Amino acid sequence: MSFHPEIPYATGQHRSERLLSPEGEPFAFTPEQRARFDELASHYPPEQRKSTVLYALFMVQEQIGYVSRNGMRHVAEVIGCTPAEVEDVATYYAMFYKQPTGTFVIQVCRTLSCALKGAERVTEEIAHALHIKPGETDKSGMFTLLEVECLGACDRAPVVMVNDGWQECQTPESAVKLLDVIRASGEAGLSGCVHRVEK
Amino acid sequence: MAMEPVLTPLVREPGSYTLDFYLQRLDGYQGLRKALGMTPDQVVDAVKASGLRGRGGAGFPTGMKWQFVDKKSPKPKYICCNADESEPGTFKDHLLMERNPHLLVEGCAIGCYAIGSSVAYIYIRGEFLHVQHHLEAAIAEAYKAGYLGKNIFGTGFNCDVYVHRGAGAYEAGEETALIESLEGKRAQPRIKPPFPAVEGLYGCPTAVNNVETLCNVPSIVLKGAEWFAALGPEKNGGPKLFCVSGHVVTPGVFEASMHTTVKSLIYDYAGGIANGRQLKAVIPGGSSVPILLPDQIDIPASFDGVMKAGSMLGSAGMIVMDDTTCMVWVARNLLHFYRHESCGKCTPCREGGDWLYKMLGKIERGEGQMRDIELLLSVADNVAGKTLCAFGDAAATPVLTTIKQFRHEFEAHIREGRCTCPAEWRAKEPVAAH
Repeated sequence: MSFHPEIPYATGQHRSERLLSPEGEPFAFTPEQRARFDELASHYPPEQRKSTVLYALFMVQEQIGYVSRNGMRHVAEVIGCTPAEVEDVATYYAMFYKQPTGTFVIQVCRTLSCALKGAERVTEEIAHALHIKPGETDKSGMFTLLEVECLGACDRAPVVMVNDGWQECQTPESAVKLLDVIRASGEAGLSGCVHRVEK
Repeated sequence: MAMEPVLTPLVREPGSYTLDFYLQRLDGYQGLRKALGMTPDQVVDAVKASGLRGRGGAGFPTGMKWQFVDKKSPKPKYICCNADESEPGTFKDHLLMERNPHLLVEGCAIGCYAIGSSVAYIYIRGEFLHVQHHLEAAIAEAYKAGYLGKNIFGTGFNCDVYVHRGAGAYEAGEETALIESLEGKRAQPRIKPPFPAVEGLYGCPTAVNNVETLCNVPSIVLKGAEWFAALGPEKNGGPKLFCVSGHVVTPGVFEASMHTTVKSLIYDYAGGIANGRQLKAVIPGGSSVPILLPDQIDIPASFDGVMKAGSMLGSAGMIVMDDTTCMVWVARNLLHFYRHESCGKCTPCREGGDWLYKMLGKIERGEGQMRDIELLLSVADNVAGKTLCAFGDAAATPVLTTIKQFRHEFEAHIREGRCTCPAEWRAKEPVAAH
């Protein structure tokens, strides 16, 4: 018996969506990353090394572009916890990619303030230009398009995040131009807030 | 109600985030110097007397929160600064940390002194990487100049401030979920009590404070509780940052007293409704609070003023919608957010959010039936108040408030079998059935 006739229970969303990340290549932090990890671990009480797990997973992602199962095992090893504990965390947080992505991850903020200013159109145009749907990577392997929930820059809506950098006040046209700029000169060609902020 | 800015003076000036600027142009670290000449209890009393209320959303008195911290406990104490600014429509802490980060560092240090702690963690959301760089640079400057570290101002007070990066979880803004996340776990709320003031981070007494809250502390110490309280209405003292976004001419962060009306914030500060359109509705305190209609906005934008009008000031993130906005679409957009961000710990929120989202999609596509409206209300009612944290109420609110104020739009969608208020700024493709 379903709660709602149109929403069959135990199908779709309700089925477990647990997808295992690929094993990936054998993984270890580079010596520089390891030193960075040790420095970060010193911010927490010695018996609380697990507090560094988010930073450690970010470092895995910096090194290989996503969080592989070998990456998670290495994190468990350097922290001194079980791989299951690391997977528990890695699968919860939206910023960790469980699969390899394109070189540039384009994330369009889809929540209300950005949507009121045309974010849905921005997503449509980017998807159209790349011949993909949100959530997919284009054929060239250069771009992954994702929708993301509120980025906290509603005064500069709609916001598009290219990897870690914000590109603000986008229009459907400017967002497509953004792709050309990235193709021509990578992140160096971008002029969003990260790049405009005084150093 | 013009007011000299306290939190954001000179934020647009070049170099406003540097220590030199903070020391020369603002009262840089004078609040900390004065606080260290007082006893910790005197600092807590000053904050209590000022009436400072938490700026994260709940509006709980900060001085009381600090007083509740169990100082007699033999365990270490902690300050956790909540910089996980994720409430849709809110972007004030971003500005403070990017353009005036030393104010937050000073606030953290005073907070630590007041509650007998020597470590503060600033939990910043992962998407604020560029802001984090500014904050870390400010902390490094403060260490070098002796405002952080060992034996600050020769008083024997030690204080470390560390930045902890989140990784994309709205729920981490809930104080116990933030603590869980800091401990390296999923950001899921804890059962309260025990409250963080007794058992927080690593089981130790902890105060969790919003960025803007801590940024108010240096000026309270320096200029006095009475000065602070007099800036706003009774029990709503001090300066306040308001975020206005959506269909307004100049969206942005505006610092004003809480005497200022919601109407004035929209029409005077943010320049009114863009493109010559009419105002349809305002969400006054981040996406989790009830909608106000145009005839309800001539009220003080204070915790108590907005509460009296039937909504909440929350995080003071005001989302303004013009007359082209479909309210079924608004509810669906927000439920997509809450469905995605539910931490999954409590069944009503995890399952109910998904049901609500799917039913709204059905109505939005014109496939709904009249009884679906009652079903929406019934599900929302069984999510609100039935969960460990306030997320359940927040997820139910967009549904309850849009049906309450705009029931005719839901009925029109169902009757006509289509969206009756399409706008050109929305997607051209029809709503997908997922």
